[in-house]
Amino acid sequence: MFQDSYMLTALVAGTGIALACGLVGYFLVLRAQVFTGDALSHVAFTGALAALAFGIDLRVGLFAGCVLVAVLFGALGRRGRADDVVIGNVFAWILGLGVFFMTLYTTNQSGSGDGGNQTVQVLFGSILGLSSSMAVTALAIGLAVSLVLLLIARPLLFATLDESVAAARGVPVRLLGYGFLVLIGVTAGEATQAVGSMLLLGLLAAPAGTALLLTDRPYLGLALSAGLAVADIWIGLLLTHLVPRAPTSFWIMTVAAVTYAAAVAYSRSARAKRRAPDKPADPAESATSKEAAA
Amino acid sequence: MKNTDTRAAGIPPLPDAVLELRDAAVAVGGRRLWGGVNLTVRPGEFVAVLGPNGVGKSTMIKVLLGTLPAAAGQVRVLGARPGGAGDQIGYLPQRRNFDGSLRIRGVDIVRLGLDGDRWGVPLPFASRLSPRHRAAETRVREVVELVGASSYADRPIGECSGGEQQRLLIAQALVRRPRLLLLDEPLDSLDLPNQAGVAALIHRICRHEDVAVVMVAHDVNPILSYLDRVVYIVAGGAASGPAEEVITSETLTRLYGTPVEVLKAADGRLVVVGGPEAPALHSDRHHSDHGHAHAAAAASPRGFGS
Repeated sequence: MFQDSYMLTALVAGTGIALACGLVGYFLVLRAQVFTGDALSHVAFTGALAALAFGIDLRVGLFAGCVLVAVLFGALGRRGRADDVVIGNVFAWILGLGVFFMTLYTTNQSGSGDGGNQTVQVLFGSILGLSSSMAVTALAIGLAVSLVLLLIARPLLFATLDESVAAARGVPVRLLGYGFLVLIGVTAGEATQAVGSMLLLGLLAAPAGTALLLTDRPYLGLALSAGLAVADIWIGLLLTHLVPRAPTSFWIMTVAAVTYAAAVAYSRSARAKRRAPDKPADPAESATSKEAAA
Repeated sequence: MKNTDTRAAGIPPLPDAVLELRDAAVAVGGRRLWGGVNLTVRPGEFVAVLGPNGVGKSTMIKVLLGTLPAAAGQVRVLGARPGGAGDQIGYLPQRRNFDGSLRIRGVDIVRLGLDGDRWGVPLPFASRLSPRHRAAETRVREVVELVGASSYADRPIGECSGGEQQRLLIAQALVRRPRLLLLDEPLDSLDLPNQAGVAALIHRICRHEDVAVVMVAHDVNPILSYLDRVVYIVAGGAASGPAEEVITSETLTRLYGTPVEVLKAADGRLVVVGGPEAPALHSDRHHSDHGHAHAAAAASPRGFGS
């Protein structure tokens, strides 16, 4: 499978991106900010096409667009958290702007016929088309995002679950909110190169949603979410290798969706099993605990 | 009921009070909400801040936390300016319940109260390797046991009932062994048996752990028998002092400007009837408050009038 060097670069880049997506995604789902992630993935599309239209490096547009809009969401929302109406408005306008840049870009490129191709790559990703230097950058950015997220994970969890108590304890709730939005922005910019702006949400939300269904321990869930995202990419790449007719993005999203569906089924049946016996507490056990208390 | 004096004989009394307000006043947006509040709270005392909705009871908590400055007078919390002793204060904000789909264990919520402000994440198996982590886990179990939440603390908190969630949150506020507990309407949105249970729990913690408790409440009846001191806030006035002096028909009638009666129930407990929950004042509140209003009007803390 690694005889083709593009497969190896895809694996390197994909691993870094998946780690960041899994970790950031966990908090995205927990904070009910999935819509923010969705909006930023569309901002990634606009940013990339703006960069292409102006003839600069596509990644500059991706990162600048995503991070700026992420901070804008925070500034317009409350306490460093974007609100859905704000996102909806900004997002629709930005997507319109994206269409404008796309037209600008494809008309300029109409002679070569490359414009449409590039647009499709921005929308749906091209993890197999990354150069080795791009792959190393992707890995480095992914690891950096992961490291920062792990550093802020505990106070961010506190601020997410219990904002006012965290604030009273001196946790910088607002600053963490902004910091997290920037992390989403960077992750969205990076992941767009691999899976495309349309499919980015699958990598952000599906592994995190799966992890939250499988465990109720927050740090285990965080690790599981990252692990599942990495597994989605690896299995997706393996399936591309075996069935090359279908594109990688399709395989990655399929794996993510199937895993999530399996987790939903598992958690439903586990919950049904827990409810079914529904016995009161074991009398022997409660007796001993009373003795201990006395 | 007031056992602070007898206890003071056994343990040497602390040189200074946990809480001291002298002629304190608060203004929000230039409008004076309340003023002239004098209050001294000693360790292990249970104090209620009472009054109708919208008069600024919660602002009292904000002043004590240091997030809102007092407009006049002096405020000392644990011998420091408000906000200066944050480590030793447990705080339970007014809240709605956790979302039913939130799949995070109760013990994890309690644990955040202990070390949620530390950067980084706990390493895997840290509890086996580091004594500090072991001590933290022991403390969390201890405080969960104290509030009687052991049987459901390992379940996702979203699946716990309102009363169970409130007990876990009290455990979270207690986990750092605070000397002062600030509770903002902890009985709100609980049904009557749970109100009684949580009130008894807070009273027990207050006495046994020697924690001073300041609780904001709009219905006095569930906590009436436990109170040492009371601050009554109404628009344009306030009264504070020992519970038995403030909670009388004369004082409350004067404060509310409408007839209020303090009655003795068959079991010897006091019941406040009338004024405090005038319907016009709580029409803007959510549905769960109807229970309190009717309970008060029906002259019984246990029976619903509707």
